[in-house]
Amino acid sequence: MSQNSTSIDPATGAEIRSHEWDGIRELDNPLPRWWFWIFLICVVWSIGYWIAMPSWPLATTYLKGTLGWSQRANVAADIAALQESRRPIEQELMAANLDDIENDPDLFSFALASGRSAFKDNCAPCHGAGAQGAIGYPNLNDDDWLWGGTLADIEQTIQHGIRNASMDSRFSEMPAYLTLGTLDRAQVSDVTEYVLSLSGRAEDAQAAERGSSTFAEQCVTCHGEDGKGMRDQGAPNLTDSIWLYGGDRDSIFETIAKARNSSMPIWGERLPAPTVRALAVYVHSLGGGEKSTMNMEGAQ
Amino acid sequence: MIKHEKFEKNSILLLLGTLLVVSIGGLVELAPTFYLDTTIEKVDGMRPYTPLELAGRNIYVREGCYNCHSQMIRSLRDEVERYGHYSLAAESMYDHPFQWGSKRTGPDLARVGGKYSDEWHRDHFASPKSVVPESIMPGYPFLADRQVSTDHLQDLLATNRIVGVPYTDDMIENAMADITAQANPDADTEGLLERYPGAIVRDFDGNRRAVTELDALIAYLQMLGTLVDFSQYDAEAFQR
Repeated sequence: MSQNSTSIDPATGAEIRSHEWDGIRELDNPLPRWWFWIFLICVVWSIGYWIAMPSWPLATTYLKGTLGWSQRANVAADIAALQESRRPIEQELMAANLDDIENDPDLFSFALASGRSAFKDNCAPCHGAGAQGAIGYPNLNDDDWLWGGTLADIEQTIQHGIRNASMDSRFSEMPAYLTLGTLDRAQVSDVTEYVLSLSGRAEDAQAAERGSSTFAEQCVTCHGEDGKGMRDQGAPNLTDSIWLYGGDRDSIFETIAKARNSSMPIWGERLPAPTVRALAVYVHSLGGGEKSTMNMEGAQ
Repeated sequence: MIKHEKFEKNSILLLLGTLLVVSIGGLVELAPTFYLDTTIEKVDGMRPYTPLELAGRNIYVREGCYNCHSQMIRSLRDEVERYGHYSLAAESMYDHPFQWGSKRTGPDLARVGGKYSDEWHRDHFASPKSVVPESIMPGYPFLADRQVSTDHLQDLLATNRIVGVPYTDDMIENAMADITAQANPDADTEGLLERYPGAIVRDFDGNRRAVTELDALIAYLQMLGTLVDFSQYDAEAFQR
């Protein structure tokens, strides 16, 4: 560059480039050296990266790279390692006699921890984060069980679910007495009154009396003559103050009129068997878990 | 040596140069996915969505569910632990557009099918807080009251066929019958199940009188992630 075309900007000491647009001129400030060198190193690095890692697509496949790196192989290995690390205790869990699990501190704490985390993801949306339940979804903290509260009962419920497509699911179906026309509105109202009377809340003794005969005809097969329910039918106890769909007059009327037959998914298809068992142990431990009958006989 | 000044002083040349550079990136990264055999895994079980599922999918898109829910289980250990097998390209091959999403305010939905009961979905759409008190999802109670629109149903299937979904003439012809049959457990569903093997036939919204948007959306959700038979899937062949 000739002496003539070069001039120095007095304020910064930088050279002024020769070109000019509408009186605007440009200072010649080169990139900082460190920046320039890092840029060059990155270019060189990227070439090495192309060679080592999966990179360019080709006609029928792609360059797999000299390191043979594969995200899917990695995750398969990670999961295999995880399963391997859990295998001994999971085998122990599956081999154990259900009632003995709580006597083995290591096994019990593993089952609780595993069950708790599986519960939070899979069960909490319906049964609540604290297993407190909601209208239509049973509270799992109490000792009121629809289908049984021993470890084996709970495990079977989780494994196969309730009223779903599986042949092994727990199944019963309350008829919709009013919708199907089995009972008329007045009869449903009378039965409602009788059901209220079972927990001492009837206001119309005559209606309850009328309802009792209808109850005897229609309801006792599942709910029992005393209205205390039957677990092999999943029929709730009507004499206590625990109501899955609400215990006020309107709710009970609607239950009899339209029936409620809610379902629970087949968790055995989504979760591995040890997780199902761990969930059973966790739910059983929440407060209402029952001893198996064999144990109770042993105690007597 | 090309003087950069030429590009700077000629806007058309700058435009063409920019297009050239950008299209190289696009061609190298995107074009091969259309011809490489390994892009979409070979799987058993994928089928085009039933008309009811497709209508539900449109509602999913319309309501912007993808803004908070992804449908993409990444190939990372903790994701697989929580959500199940990582998502395959094959599982979204009939999605136009795909619903992978990029944000998880709510959980991933790629395998939500069968995870909850229909009753739960009904309660949850009516008022998410009624079943999940800590949820910040808004309610969608109006879905239960709106009949699903079938005005453009056959066009919808036909359009999907144009972009590569293998809908047959038979499927398009029977779309109207299939959409009502799938939400009615008493209907004759032989044709539906022949056209769409494994389709779930249920009264999803608990209302026999109408095929509602809630029926469609629940039918779509209950199908998500359930189509591929992973017992037949050869993971080794599609490692990458």
